[in-house]
Amino acid sequence: MGILSVREVVKDFSGHRALNNVSMDVPRTSIYGLLGPNGAGKTTLLRIINQITAPDAGTIIFEGHPIGRDDTALIGYLPEERGLYKKMKVGEQALYLAQLKGLSKHDAMQRLKPWFEKFEMGSWWGKKVEELSKGMAQKVQFVTTVIHEPTLLIFDEPFSGFDPINVNLLKQEILEMRKNGATIIFSTHNMASVEELCDHITLINEAETLLQGEINDIREKYRTSKYRVVFTGDPDRLSRGLQKQFTLEGLEKNGTGQQATITIREGAKSDDLIRNLLEITEIKAFYEVLPSMNDIFIQAVTEHE
Amino acid sequence: MSKTSLIIKREYLTRIRKKSFLIMSILGPFIFAAYVLIPMYFATLEDKEEKTVVVIDESTLFTEYGPEGPHCVLPETEYLKFKIIEGVPLESYQAGFDATGYYAVLFIPQNILASESSILYSTRQISMDVSGHIRSAMEQELEHLKLAAHDIHNIEEILAEVETSVNVRNIKWTKAGEAEESNTGVVMGVGYMGGLLTFFFIFFFGSQVMRGVIEEKTSRIIEVIVSSVRPFQLMMGKIIGVGLTGLTQFAIWIVFSILLIAGIGTAFFPELTRTPTEQVVASDLFSPGAVTPDPGTTGEPAEIAGNAGGDAEEQAMGTEAGIPEAGGGKITGDEMGLAGEIFASLRTIDPVVMILSFLFYFIFGYLLYAAMFAVVGSAVDNETDTQQLIWPVILPLILAIYVMISAINNPDGSLAFWFSLIPFTSPVVMMVRIPFGVPWWQVALSASLLVATFLGMTWVAGKVYRTGILMYGKKTSYREIWKWLRYSS
Repeated sequence: MGILSVREVVKDFSGHRALNNVSMDVPRTSIYGLLGPNGAGKTTLLRIINQITAPDAGTIIFEGHPIGRDDTALIGYLPEERGLYKKMKVGEQALYLAQLKGLSKHDAMQRLKPWFEKFEMGSWWGKKVEELSKGMAQKVQFVTTVIHEPTLLIFDEPFSGFDPINVNLLKQEILEMRKNGATIIFSTHNMASVEELCDHITLINEAETLLQGEINDIREKYRTSKYRVVFTGDPDRLSRGLQKQFTLEGLEKNGTGQQATITIREGAKSDDLIRNLLEITEIKAFYEVLPSMNDIFIQAVTEHE
Repeated sequence: MSKTSLIIKREYLTRIRKKSFLIMSILGPFIFAAYVLIPMYFATLEDKEEKTVVVIDESTLFTEYGPEGPHCVLPETEYLKFKIIEGVPLESYQAGFDATGYYAVLFIPQNILASESSILYSTRQISMDVSGHIRSAMEQELEHLKLAAHDIHNIEEILAEVETSVNVRNIKWTKAGEAEESNTGVVMGVGYMGGLLTFFFIFFFGSQVMRGVIEEKTSRIIEVIVSSVRPFQLMMGKIIGVGLTGLTQFAIWIVFSILLIAGIGTAFFPELTRTPTEQVVASDLFSPGAVTPDPGTTGEPAEIAGNAGGDAEEQAMGTEAGIPEAGGGKITGDEMGLAGEIFASLRTIDPVVMILSFLFYFIFGYLLYAAMFAVVGSAVDNETDTQQLIWPVILPLILAIYVMISAINNPDGSLAFWFSLIPFTSPVVMMVRIPFGVPWWQVALSASLLVATFLGMTWVAGKVYRTGILMYGKKTSYREIWKWLRYSS
């Protein structure tokens, strides 16, 4: 039983269905990626988990019970559209938002200090948000999202809008928080970050769940029996010497040597390919080409449409 | 601290710390004082300009010949003088009249007794005061002449004896059987102020709620906040916070305005230095029949009070009205100056009822409208888009002001009655009626309707608001808002 379970959630907006029977189980201390093209329903789902909007049908189970208002203190949410009160001072604002999450003023103060030191924001305390640069405001926003040490963190497109330095900072913090026992859900269409961080994903398209599960299982499912071999020797000899069950997809020459991409027909094994290759060339490297999340994403979405 | 009170605290503190709050707190009383004092200033200005009217009296009925030559019989005032000029034709004034320095030319034709018409010529618009004074003075003079033509013996004495001035005092009997002096003008003024203040408060601070909601939407902080608190808590926190800011501002204004009006009044209008209380106290020092503080207004009745008949009549009136010792040194209509009358009239308005009902209608009227302003704010992305949505909110308020003006003259009429029950207009209209005295059941009905509508409206507003605050980039119509209302919570 995971920390959060979304069960058959349906949400309609005047005439169009934003979520259709979406379910997902988020294991504790996982980094869970919510993927999908724009308008797929990711933000709607995250808002439902945050109790900002209510589902038309379905339930959200958090820590074993239907989610309620008291649980907001255990959840941190960074919405896609970021914003703070522009005319309010940074320190006051951070205190206010922390208190809204249920911290006492004293505790909030106590916890804010180390964060402000860590992010070198100490001198901003008395400044108005409108005096800060966008990158600075993003740091403030991040601190206010995590200040109450939530067990579940929800980031909507966390890497869009942050500058590269803050993106790295964010990634480090995400990994750090997971190490400390937090669970993280984030939505994105940045597939590189998914490969880098996520261990589970759900792919939504047009309100429906397309793909779901551990990222390794999904890759397994989408493997194409494609292998790459880096070799030295005559490429003609390689293409002529390949057995019938192997197809040469391409040949390339680059700085490290020559490489060939070969697919294996169903039933054949990679060991057979290696044996075959040993006879006709000298292998420098041999590995399976796994589909990138980007490929899987595009393939799944195009197939669905 | 509960989340709603955190929100209230933030709304209140950020608002009263703003420079604009400080500026409005200082400027408000000046604007308020200016409203009161500038018309007074202009009134005194106009009075003090001396005007001379040339009289061409062809009838010679209005000319008297004294040792210093002809002079006009029409009574002059401090600032209006008449000058008889003979032997100069009217036409000679027509060109270059301004250069003469005269205000106007009064032409009285030979046949004035028959035609009963005369003409005032001037290059400027003749003021109502001047033409009114001339008309009544001429009427009086001609009546005298006509009476004199009947050749009645002792006509002057008869006229003097017949001359009567009736003073109609308004005495209200209270439930407890006591009698109270009332002056409709004063009661009207109190009602008018109450209604107008309520209108202003609703309008000014209601739109601040709307702007606050728009600010949260455009800065995009709204989604962060509603992931911590219910949208309804946020909306109510804002409405209450802004309302408290408004009450604070009003308290500052009222204290400040009183000081300012008193200060400026003392400096520029010394006649105002005596407060109504002081004036009443002063008039109390005089026993009935003695010289009154202001002979201009009460001189004639005082004269009559000198004869037995008048006195008896007054006594009778006093006992009828149930005032013990009516003639015995207590305030009576005769000896009471205008200020005293105002003071006595203010006493007919129960201050507890007035203040309580004022606070009630003030607060609940604001709460009702603030919820609607919040809805409009939640439905738009920026302030310019509010234009088309705001009309259905403002219209009943403007209607209330129109009804208020009519209700002042007829506080018990059916228009005033119905609009003081309708919750969207009752905060303004009922405030006008209260000083006149309203049956308790009407107040109770109006108040409970207002509270019920406030609760209903806030519930509806909460539903629309929580959808609206998350909507961006769409031009919202009331049709759209109706759809939001039906979304599940």
